[in-house]
Amino acid sequence: MKPKRQRLTLILLGMLALAGATALVLTAFEDNLVFFYSPSDIQAEPPPEGRNLRVGGLVLEGSVEKLADGAVRFTLSDTANELPVVFAGILPDLFREGQGIVAEGRFGPEGVFHAEEVLAKHDENYMPPEVAEALKKSGEWQRGQEPEQGQ
Amino acid sequence: MIPEIGHFALILALVVALIQGSLPMLGAARGKRGWMRVAEPAALLQLLLVLIAFLALMQAYIVSDFTVWNVVENSHSAKPLLYKISGVWGNHEGSMLLWVLILTLYGAAVALFGGNLPERLRARVLGVQAWISTGFIAFCLFTSNPFARVTPPPLDGNDLNPLLQDPGLAFHPPLLYLGYVGLSMAFSFAVAALIEGRVDAAWGRWVRPWTLLAWCFLTGGIALGSWWAYYELGWGGWWFWDPVENVSLMPWLLGTALLHSAVVVEKREALKAWTILLAILAFGFSLLGTFIVRSGLLSSVHAFASDPTRGVFILILLGLAVGGALLLFAVRAPKLQAQGLFAPISREAGLLLNNLLLGTAAATVFVGTLYPLLLEAMGGGKVSVGPPYFNLTFVPLFLPLVLAMGAGPLLNWKRADLAGVLGRLKLALIAAIAVGLGAWILSDGGPVMACLAFGLAAWLLLATLIELAERISLFRAPLTESLRRAGRLPRAHYGMSLAHAGLAIAIFGITASSAWKQEEVRLMRPGETLTLAGYAYRFEGVERLQGPNYRSDMASFTVTRDGDYVATLTPEKRLYPVQNAPTTEAAIHTTGLADLYAVIGDPQDPQDRAGAWTVRLYHEPLVPWMWAGALIMILGGLVSLSDRRLRVGMPARRRKSLPAGAAEA
Repeated sequence: MKPKRQRLTLILLGMLALAGATALVLTAFEDNLVFFYSPSDIQAEPPPEGRNLRVGGLVLEGSVEKLADGAVRFTLSDTANELPVVFAGILPDLFREGQGIVAEGRFGPEGVFHAEEVLAKHDENYMPPEVAEALKKSGEWQRGQEPEQGQ
Repeated sequence: MIPEIGHFALILALVVALIQGSLPMLGAARGKRGWMRVAEPAALLQLLLVLIAFLALMQAYIVSDFTVWNVVENSHSAKPLLYKISGVWGNHEGSMLLWVLILTLYGAAVALFGGNLPERLRARVLGVQAWISTGFIAFCLFTSNPFARVTPPPLDGNDLNPLLQDPGLAFHPPLLYLGYVGLSMAFSFAVAALIEGRVDAAWGRWVRPWTLLAWCFLTGGIALGSWWAYYELGWGGWWFWDPVENVSLMPWLLGTALLHSAVVVEKREALKAWTILLAILAFGFSLLGTFIVRSGLLSSVHAFASDPTRGVFILILLGLAVGGALLLFAVRAPKLQAQGLFAPISREAGLLLNNLLLGTAAATVFVGTLYPLLLEAMGGGKVSVGPPYFNLTFVPLFLPLVLAMGAGPLLNWKRADLAGVLGRLKLALIAAIAVGLGAWILSDGGPVMACLAFGLAAWLLLATLIELAERISLFRAPLTESLRRAGRLPRAHYGMSLAHAGLAIAIFGITASSAWKQEEVRLMRPGETLTLAGYAYRFEGVERLQGPNYRSDMASFTVTRDGDYVATLTPEKRLYPVQNAPTTEAAIHTTGLADLYAVIGDPQDPQDRAGAWTVRLYHEPLVPWMWAGALIMILGGLVSLSDRRLRVGMPARRRKSLPAGAAEA
């Protein structure tokens, strides 16, 4: 094989790999992009039922209750609107009332969000960026709540 | 006083780095040996100065010097000594100082052990290395000074995040950094070679041990981080496709590709430009990882608070390093003449396929990790890309890679006979199909992908063993002859076999724990029994304990199988009062074939501690294999590193007398 032809083959192979990867990425993106909603977003424009999505906000004080089957029910709030969430699992250690969290899951038919995963952060001063953004939009964001330095 | 000495030493290190980055480079360009010779003492001096700075900070942590802001923020006088020390790098400023320390450590290693490098190349490598350290020491001094004081000093510190108070995590950052920063060596060698305008077989041989060393550390760092997540977070998972995990995986993928393409440069003087590009990109991804973790741009389980100026600073460093190197590459790469031609079926082509697949896999991880940022920047809303995306893109790319890995080492250089190779691997092929089918039947038609992966892992493991057996003519020649051949086989070859076999074993673990993990969450009262995967877990109750800097609710489970006692599991829920932070301590019993994993949640009624508790149990098949596989891979890397041809300190003359491509690897 001549050097020129070899280089051409290599480039073609590279393009092929790139095309394959693009195809994989695009098909995978189609169903697996998880969009983030704040309670206000959901009020304004309800997402399709059964689609995987993330919601975030502050856990409303006094809203956490244990259900008989071991699941937990709580209310997420961005201070403008509220959203009921049910989660059947062990909550992360840093989950507590008044704290910003992100939950991933789907809407059930009755308008309750069924979380499959609840993310609270390592740092109690920390606010997930999505939640901070949502609070900012609803006008309840204070600079004083900005996370401090360090972990 | 001591923190000031540390601060001053760091400033001096910056000055030394500036000298090391300029004089030897100029000397190399003008052929002035005296100027070039500045590089080695400068590299050693730089290490010494940064080490003084690092030790000064460590001293402040050990004696709990609360006049230092960094110590106040991240330490507490009641903390155990190990975590006082690991607290040094358990925060942003300290971890960047560790980054710089490791960078200068590598520079000093070149100065000490690079005696066989041509003078000009060595001066340039050290010069490039000094550019990188100039950037990062400046970053430490101007945006994240760990020695800042606070007046009046508080009585006690804020303590280290309790999740980080763990032996696994104490050593995870240094290992990962040794890997990340080790790739800077490959980068420096690549840039130096581009400046020089020459890449030859010797270059491939020089750059490989450094890449191999970095790869071993990176593998260890990723495995340790994964292990920490597995037992500390209490989610029963070990990999979450979290952005911070992804950014450590990308340099690993490219570093692995680089290891393989450097072999082609060394043996056949082909794929030169590609190898240089990989070296630049691998370190580029390391910097990207540092940038993403440090800037807090992406929301992740690793919550580092963010400071925009720091992010911008690292972004500029990233742009300068990668942009500059790529520009140089664009100018110089066309001059790099490839020599070794090869047929589409050959060892070179196999290694090229490996590179294409690893590179593509890294690209898909890159897209998935950074797409949310891109979309948000363009005003497309907030999204996150979850595990399904990565499973759909990464796995289909990795499976053919494993398939090729089995046959690759048996292919000849230049031109190979694929049918003949497959004939020699008949046994592995049959076994792979048997294992895949067996898994399918045993799991009642379980996930097809998982059965396929099982078959492929068996294929890789057996093909690796067959290749090794053939190499030493096991069972074909008399045993003494086989032993003699085994003794003569280069260690790099054993290294490769070990690494490939380790990956095969790890794939068994990864596949089984992803596809056949069982979990059960429920409320249990003391005395109740739950059966999961054939094991009966009897909940004995919860007691309150007091630890050195925490209090704990410790549950107790007696695990039996068919009435026989297996283990007692004691998961804990701890509360660290200083930060008012609870942590979950999972209890894990390993049988070698599976992990029995128990986590305790909260009591149903906080007042009734003898009542029902939320309990989560996991049955994790073959997870121990994953850790074993990772260890075998690292062992393979170390064995290969001990190969005399790669030994860094070997005299140059003897190396030259070896005909290129004489030894097989």
